[in-house]
Order: sequence, then structure tokens, then C-alpha cells
Amino acid sequence: MGLLDMLKRRKVEGTEDLDNTMYLTLREERRISRENRKIMKQYEREKNRKNVPEEEYLTQMRDPSNVVEFDNLHTYFFTDLGTVKSVNGVTFDIPQGKIVGVVGESGCGKSVTSLSLMQLVQAPQGQIVEGSIRYQDINGKCYEITKMPRDKMLEIRGKEISMIFQEPMTSLNPVFKIGEQMDEVVLLHTKGATSESAKARSIEMLNLVGIADVEKVYNSYPHELSGGMRQRVMIAMALSCDPRLIIADEPTTALDVTIQAQILELLRDVKDKINGSIMLITHDLGVIAEMADYVVVMYAGRIIEQGTVREIFHNPKHPYTIGLMKSKPSGDTKDNRLYSIRGQVPNPINMPDYCYFCNRCDYAMNVCWKEYPDIVEFSESHSAACHLYYGEGLEEQKKRRVEVENNGN
Amino acid sequence: MWKYFLRRIALSLLILLGVSALIYLLSMLMPADYIDNQTAAALQSGAMTMEDVQRLKELYGLADKSFTGIIKSYMAWLTSTMKGDLGYSFLYGKPVTAVLSDYIWISFAIAFISYLLQIIIGIPMGIKASVNQYSAYDYTVSVFAMMGTALPSFFLSALFMNVFAIRLGILPLQGLTTATKIFAKDAHLQIFFDKAWHLVMPISVLTLLSVGGTMRFTRTNMLEVLGSDYIRTARAKGLSEPVVVYKHAFRNTMIPLVTSLSGMLPGLFGGAMITETVFAIPGIGYMALRATQQGDIPFIMGYNMFLSILTVAGMLISDIMYMVVDPRVKLS
Repeated sequence: MGLLDMLKRRKVEGTEDLDNTMYLTLREERRISRENRKIMKQYEREKNRKNVPEEEYLTQMRDPSNVVEFDNLHTYFFTDLGTVKSVNGVTFDIPQGKIVGVVGESGCGKSVTSLSLMQLVQAPQGQIVEGSIRYQDINGKCYEITKMPRDKMLEIRGKEISMIFQEPMTSLNPVFKIGEQMDEVVLLHTKGATSESAKARSIEMLNLVGIADVEKVYNSYPHELSGGMRQRVMIAMALSCDPRLIIADEPTTALDVTIQAQILELLRDVKDKINGSIMLITHDLGVIAEMADYVVVMYAGRIIEQGTVREIFHNPKHPYTIGLMKSKPSGDTKDNRLYSIRGQVPNPINMPDYCYFCNRCDYAMNVCWKEYPDIVEFSESHSAACHLYYGEGLEEQKKRRVEVENNGN
Repeated sequence: MWKYFLRRIALSLLILLGVSALIYLLSMLMPADYIDNQTAAALQSGAMTMEDVQRLKELYGLADKSFTGIIKSYMAWLTSTMKGDLGYSFLYGKPVTAVLSDYIWISFAIAFISYLLQIIIGIPMGIKASVNQYSAYDYTVSVFAMMGTALPSFFLSALFMNVFAIRLGILPLQGLTTATKIFAKDAHLQIFFDKAWHLVMPISVLTLLSVGGTMRFTRTNMLEVLGSDYIRTARAKGLSEPVVVYKHAFRNTMIPLVTSLSGMLPGLFGGAMITETVFAIPGIGYMALRATQQGDIPFIMGYNMFLSILTVAGMLISDIMYMVVDPRVKLS
């Protein structure tokens, strides 16, 4: 390879572990970005259509007791280095009135899953390319979010599904007063709302989230409030139209530990009051144990295990989940080092066609390097995608166990 | 807050004092002064002697070029300026203040109209380019904006004159009035339109030169705001895209925009020296250039002090506007 060729090649970082380090020549890069533009244009055109007949995005729920069903959702980002499969076949349900916790490390696709549901994925790079998201409104009408035109989506956003973001410090517009920002949602989504009725509603909501000096906060700018107060305002804002579902994207990550518990308590209280559901995204297992009814564990864009909170915490099946449980700090392991899962998440571009976790897994077997595992069901609600529990992998496990026993004898 | 402004004004006075001393020193040290310029031909032909020139210099106060002499004459200038008397312009034979007030308005008219055009054209273009980032529109507008910003004003002026006045012949070449036309004294409307017709080209040139900067500035700031968390919040509320862009995003982009644009306001009185000269418009910039070439010290001093005051005032206005548009800013 000549010097010039070497200069032309650009390394794609973060791939040492799986050793699929990838190099792109300038020509390849240009080809990728040309193809991306074509793909993105196509998707954008689809989304910008006007006067789409309702039949096209009406659908049926698999289970009418669910508010939202994700079904084999694929959300990709078309970057200049290649396609990043942020969400790569995700299937789970959010039942009415329940809290579903979504756990996983940074970059595993938790937030992108929730943004897909809101149609808020950073366009035009980010697009839902496959699968469906079904949403059932209060009258039992079901919508296919992935096919919904933009103007129809505006009626759902903020009204039926609302969102609380991770960063209360930057999630409020700095140049508008709290009151103005809160009234805006009410005025937008409530038929026949006047500015007085909107103000009354906002004040009521601020009271609900436990803000003491309501009138003063209503007339404040965001920078005049503390982080905890701002997060309360965000929650109040998210609740003001009685949403069916609240997406809380790491609502306590940026907050003081003393405030965290208050905010969680608050979320649970208001959920009961409005009988809504919560999709709680976090990487804090303590929060999940405290709050969630169901847990979804994500790794590199896929769900690797899901179940009720009891099943996940008392009987974790996937080595990754087991690792997560072990890396939770607890009081009684004072003398020991905190456990951490070795290695890194594989390169999001060029995902392998075998298990994504096997390079970090303590139980990895030959079969793990051959194909992506199927989903194994342990109970009606509990399932995991791991070779340890079926077929070739299970056989090997049995063999190993026998060997260990034999050695013992 | 008042304390802040008082402090700022006191500081400004100090700056003005320094600026005046510096400019006075520099213009006194120019190798050929006003008298040299005026008498060069007569001296050559023998109509005047060196003694005559020296006498003239003494009369104009330009004889003593030693350091103490300059300080002495500077002090004299300073005391009369404090009294509001900027002295007589050598070149124009009128009080400096009279020259300023005579020629300032035509410059202001040109600058103000192109300032308004720059805002009306540049800001919406910047918003549109940022909303459609990397689109054909964005690239086209950016390229033209860059070209406009990069071209020197005399070159663009010359190009315009060549194309529109000489080749196409649809616009007047130079000046402020048509020399061959004689208007009745009371034909105000006709005179006005004649002048306006002459100003089309200079205004277009100035607008083209500045609109790119405003457009790029708007685009950059708008992009930064559009990527922020609170815009995502606004979208998550279900607000339509125009409300998100023009209310939530633009209100934030306005902070740097208003601050910088309002700071430019006083400067509009300063005149566009090069453009006015190329188009031979008798504005303040044109007058100042001539005075500078001739070494007309009272006028140079008066004009530059005027510019300094405008600059200082611009900065003060910027500060005030910053406080007005951004609720987070409290001056103290």
C-alpha cells in the first residue's frame, strides 16, 4: 500500500475488541454518503406527505390492554461512516397503568427507542426503517406510529404521550417564563382553552408536583430555579394534558441524590393519579427496582432479556443482566472491588452476525461465535436471548457441568 | 444598573481622550501637512518662498513639530473642543461641526437603507438555510454570501458601474444629481427621485457586501439553537414546526443578533468612505477621505472623534440591548 493510500484511509474507532477494525477509502466514503442521501430523501418524502387517509395508519393491537407495542422496531442512523443500527429489532409492550423500565448502558438504543415512539429521531439521518410501533388512544383507536404523517403526530405528542428529559437544566427554554412555557402546552392541546384557564391548569399542575411558592415559580425564568425545581416543572408540564403515557428519559440522572428519591416518589404518585403508564429509561438498577413493574434490558440495539422486575432481579438469565446485577454497589461488599463487565460495546457500524456480547461474556462458548441466539422463554413474561439455554449451547453446558462433577469426584 | 452605566460612560471618556491624543499625534507627524500640499506648486514655480510657507504654517499652527509643540497645540485643541468648538476646517473653510452636519445625512440615508435591507434579506435567508441545512438552498446562499463578504467594496462598485451604468446604461454612473438636468427650485419631488435614482447602486453595493455576514451569523446561531435540548422539548410538546423555529428557536437566536446589529446603529452615521468615493457621493466618508489626503487636521480630528463617540455609543447600546433581550443577563 502506497503512502497516498494510507493517507486516504480513515480508521473507524472502537473496534479493537472484536477485531473487525474497518477502513474506508475516500471513494467508499463518498459512495456511502451518496447512498445515504438517496435513502434519507426517500424516507423524508414519505413522512412529509399530506392528506394521508386514516386507514393507512390505523391498526390493531396485539393485546388491547397495552398502551404501546413495539414490534421488531429498527431505527437506523445513516452516517458518513456507514449505517448505525441504533435500534435493531426491538419488541416489547407497555401495558396500561404499568411502569416499564428500560435498562442498558449508554448508546444501547434506549433513548432512540423512546424517540422513535415520539417521531423525534434526529432527521434526516435517523430513520425508522422496519417494524412497527402501535399506540392505542383512550377511545381504543390504534395508530401505527411509524406510518403516521407528521401533522397527525403533533396531536399525540405532548397530549397523549409526553416526555421528561434527562437534563432539566437545558430542557427549558431560557428566554420564556415558566408560566408561558406551561400554558403553551395546555393552550395547544385543550379545546376552548383561554389564557386564564390555561394558567389555572398550569398552577394546578405546579401544585401537584409539590412546588411551594407556585405564583412565584409561574412568573420565574428557568435560570432562577434549581435543578430539582426545573425537573418538577418539566414533570408538571408533561402531565398537564393528562397523558396516557409518560416517557421519562433518565429523569433523575442529573439530579442530586437527595432530590432523586423525591422526584421518583412524585412520578409514581402522579402516575396513579392520572392512571397513566410510564416508560422509564435509566441505567440505574436501584431506580428500576424501586419503580418498575416490568424490565427490558437492552444491549447494542437489541433486547437481550425482559421480564417482571421480580424475575429480572431474582433470577437473571442473560450473562449481561447477571453482570449488571453484580456491578451494582452494595454495602456488604466493602472489602471487594466493585464488579465491572470487561471490554466494550462492539462497533455500532458493522455489527457481527453472532452474539454481540460474546467478546465480553464469561460463559462464551463456540456456538456463541457462530450465530445470534434465539429468544428463550422462561415464563409467560420472562425471556432472554442467550445460547446457554437451548440447543447446542445447552448441550455444551451440560457436558461442562458433568466434567466439573467428574473432576470433583 | 445605573452605577454600571455611569462607570461605563466614565470609562468611555477616558478612551476618547486616549484616542484623540493618539490621532492628533499621528496626524501632526504626517510628512506633508496641509500647507505643504497647498503651496507645493507655487513653491516650485517660484511664486512663493520658503519664508512665505513658514509664515503660513505659523498662521495655521503647524510650524512647531517638536514634541512639546505638538502637546501645546493638542492642549489648545482639547480646551476648545471641551467648549464645543471643533475649530475651522482648513480645506472646506467652514466650522468642522457645520461640515459634519451638512454631509452626514446623505451618508446616513445610504447606510440606514442598506442596514434595513441587510436585516430584511439576511435574517430570513439565514433562518431558511439553517432549517434546511446541507440542502441545495443552504449551499447556494452560503456561496453567494461568502462571495459578497469576500469582495472588496471598490471592486464590486467598479463592476456594478461597468455593468449597469456603462454597458446597460440603466443607472447613473456617479454623483448625487444629474448634472445635465435643471430642476425648478420647488420641484422637490423630482429632485428627491433624481437623488434616489443615483443612490440605487451605492445602496445595492453596501447591502450585498453586508448581507452575507448577517446571513451566516444568523445561520450559525440558529443551528446552534436548533440542536439544543429545549428545542427538542418544544417539539415533544407537539408544537408545529413553524412555532418551534420562529418562536422557540428564533427568540434565542435574536440574543446575539440584536446585540450585534444594534451595536452597528451609531456607526451608520460614520459614512462609507470607499463606496462614497468610488460613486462620488458627497457624503461624510467622501469628505473625510479628501480632508485626510490634504492633511486638514481640524477636520480629521473632528471626524475621528465623531467616529470614536459612535463606536463607544454602539458598544453601550449593545450592552443595553443584551440586557433587554436576554432575561438571564443583569448588568452590575
